[in-house]
Amino acid sequence: MAAKTLTIDGKQISAEEGATVLQAADEAGVKIPTLCHLDGVYDVGACRLCLVEIAGVPKLLPACTTQVAEGMVIHTDSERLRKYRRMTLELLFAERNHVCAVCVANGHCELQSLAYNQGMDHVRYEYNFPKWSVDNTHRLFGMDHNRCILCTRCVRVCWHIEGAGTKNVAGRGGKAHIISDLNMSWGQSYSCTECGKCVQACPTGALFHKGSTAAEMERDRTRLEFLVTAREKKQWITGEE
Amino acid sequence: MILNDLLQIKDQERAARKKTTLRCCMAAGCMSSDSKGVKEQLEKAVADAGLQDTVEVRGVGCMKLCCEGPLVQADPQNALYIKVTSENAPSIIAALKGGKAEAAQTDPDAAFFKKQLSIVLANSGVVDPDRIESYIALDGYQALHEVLHEMTPKDVVDTMVNSGLRGRGGAGFPTGLKWGTVAKSPGAKKYVICNADEGDPGAFMDRSVLESDPHAVLEGMAIAAYAVGADQGFIYVRAEYPLAITRLQTAIKQAKQLGVLGSGIFESPFNFTIDIRIGAGAFVCGEETALMASVEGKRGTPRPRPPFPAESGLFGCPTLINNVETFANVPAIYRNGAEWFAGIGTEKSKGTKVFALAGKIKNTGLIEVPMGTPLRTIVEEMGGGAPGGAKIKAVQTGGPSGGCIPSQHLDTPVDYESLGKLGSIMGSGGMIVMDESTRMVDVARFFMEFCMDESCGKCIPCRAGTVQMHNLLEKILDRRATPRDLLKLEELCDMVKNTSLCGLGQTAPNPTLSTLRFFRNEYEELLQPEAHGPKGNGEAKKQTLTT
Repeated sequence: MAAKTLTIDGKQISAEEGATVLQAADEAGVKIPTLCHLDGVYDVGACRLCLVEIAGVPKLLPACTTQVAEGMVIHTDSERLRKYRRMTLELLFAERNHVCAVCVANGHCELQSLAYNQGMDHVRYEYNFPKWSVDNTHRLFGMDHNRCILCTRCVRVCWHIEGAGTKNVAGRGGKAHIISDLNMSWGQSYSCTECGKCVQACPTGALFHKGSTAAEMERDRTRLEFLVTAREKKQWITGEE
Repeated sequence: MILNDLLQIKDQERAARKKTTLRCCMAAGCMSSDSKGVKEQLEKAVADAGLQDTVEVRGVGCMKLCCEGPLVQADPQNALYIKVTSENAPSIIAALKGGKAEAAQTDPDAAFFKKQLSIVLANSGVVDPDRIESYIALDGYQALHEVLHEMTPKDVVDTMVNSGLRGRGGAGFPTGLKWGTVAKSPGAKKYVICNADEGDPGAFMDRSVLESDPHAVLEGMAIAAYAVGADQGFIYVRAEYPLAITRLQTAIKQAKQLGVLGSGIFESPFNFTIDIRIGAGAFVCGEETALMASVEGKRGTPRPRPPFPAESGLFGCPTLINNVETFANVPAIYRNGAEWFAGIGTEKSKGTKVFALAGKIKNTGLIEVPMGTPLRTIVEEMGGGAPGGAKIKAVQTGGPSGGCIPSQHLDTPVDYESLGKLGSIMGSGGMIVMDESTRMVDVARFFMEFCMDESCGKCIPCRAGTVQMHNLLEKILDRRATPRDLLKLEELCDMVKNTSLCGLGQTAPNPTLSTLRFFRNEYEELLQPEAHGPKGNGEAKKQTLTT
């Protein structure tokens, strides 16, 4: 496969043809913040946190879905991008009811850590305080819509990795929400295989193991990696082995 | 079907014409005020008077002056009857024999009609949309025959490039360039899609074209399919247009029966079929990638581009997507030549544009004008100004993606570049006129609410940003907002515009930005003084309100 050379934040790097800007940056040790991206699952470019500036392109492009090209000059950390990222996070915190102190994912939450390292120290927008329910009908897992950021990782692992197709999105705009099967309670779902990949994939505390309490949730991403490796490399090994 | 068969139908249809024609509008606007009853009464009166051999009552598409409907036009008398009712319809027949018509008349040579130049709407109000023969009588499908037998696909693309036609869906991408890209994209299977998911508030051009002249769109699509090498077409039309859907179904059926759609069209090796897909009411499905997802049977949400549909579109195949009006231009371009088309309009915007004129204006309805026509001509001469002599304040173009053009810029010519310079867009053709009684912050709030409701919810800036912008606009209207809120609003406009995934979010701030640009005082008049000293993050402090 042909290699491409490009510049990311002033650093000259080479990347495989067909790689995304995100992959290339990751390889070169440049950390681009992401939220809807999950290794092993196809990208949708929805959270807009990985937007980067590419010289000669008037629009900002998501690093996760943009392929590298020869001679690309990319900036991932300009003042403007940092500002947009902070605003995106502020919008998310104002959108639903994110209360870290009582959340299972406190201390293990991607939204929370992103807010820390992007310097989002307060929210300037009015909180929406929407009324969302908690679906505790499943035997093993729970879904708290108040903490959902609609990254659709759970939907994608459910369809793409597990192949069950239980999770989906219903509704539009601010009313969009994750559903099980044909908008029934999760406990009643026929298609759910109880694999728990959605719980492993969730960046916040929206999907959780029943019985875990505040700050107890820790994810085992190797379980996802195991299946992805199995599928892509036809080998039943985990990352560490 | 060979050319002679086509010409034979044309001759028969022309020979069957009667001395007098009464054209009765059967488009959705007039039908909502009982034009069907009017037509029935006209037919009955003709039969009663024993005039069947000399008078033809023809149901036609839109006759443009929608506010005065139901409309009936008598030819060769050149009499245009307005607001006809089923009660006074028979008097129109009496008038043919020297009696007096009770129905009111208007001048068919008024500026509203005379300043129009019809290419897309040439057949609208003339042909019977339910009869393919009526379209063939006006040279229909001859362009397709010529293209299939005398031109290579490359010639067809070249002609389109030379015509200078640009996409009429709003963005104005050169149509020939798009055709060329799809034609060059490798792939055995390609698709042509007609975007008929017209959703801008106040816009009804595409609906009228489909209801009035469906065959022009079908012929345009077939020519495009030949040029790019596609054999399957889809028309994605919204469910809110039931009449347009019915007329399209009839048209497709008749075209198949005559062999101008289907396999071996005009005895050539070219096959092309068209299917209809009906939208379920999401505005975002007018966005091309969301539209394709919807055609595939998936949830209608957009995806990042590139890859563009020309390269990887419907089911991953190269796909050509054009809007209804773009396709409706196509047959005329091949009938009359690229030079003819390129001779109309301005240097960078060729041809004509159809607008749905609505709002605070005397003559509402459809107009088609050459590109470069000043807005003043449209609003004042053709539209007749605001009713009751009120002063016109602004003209809104481009719907929720566009902007408001204030009255001091009414001399702006209508073309893609000039409207873009004023912070608006050509858009698909909605044109809403506002008079002095309109509050511009209200307008901004209305369009923001629309975008908020129609956001698909996939990307964060559009989903959550429109909610916050809408909150801030409400706060301003409630006189609860301070200068800092206005600053926040502007900051969000900039952020949502630059970070959203698709056109819906990227253009959602436009109505707010353009009203802020020209009517900032209306926002500032509603602001309250800050209750406390400066707060917020460092950035807010540094910026000034005048930016």
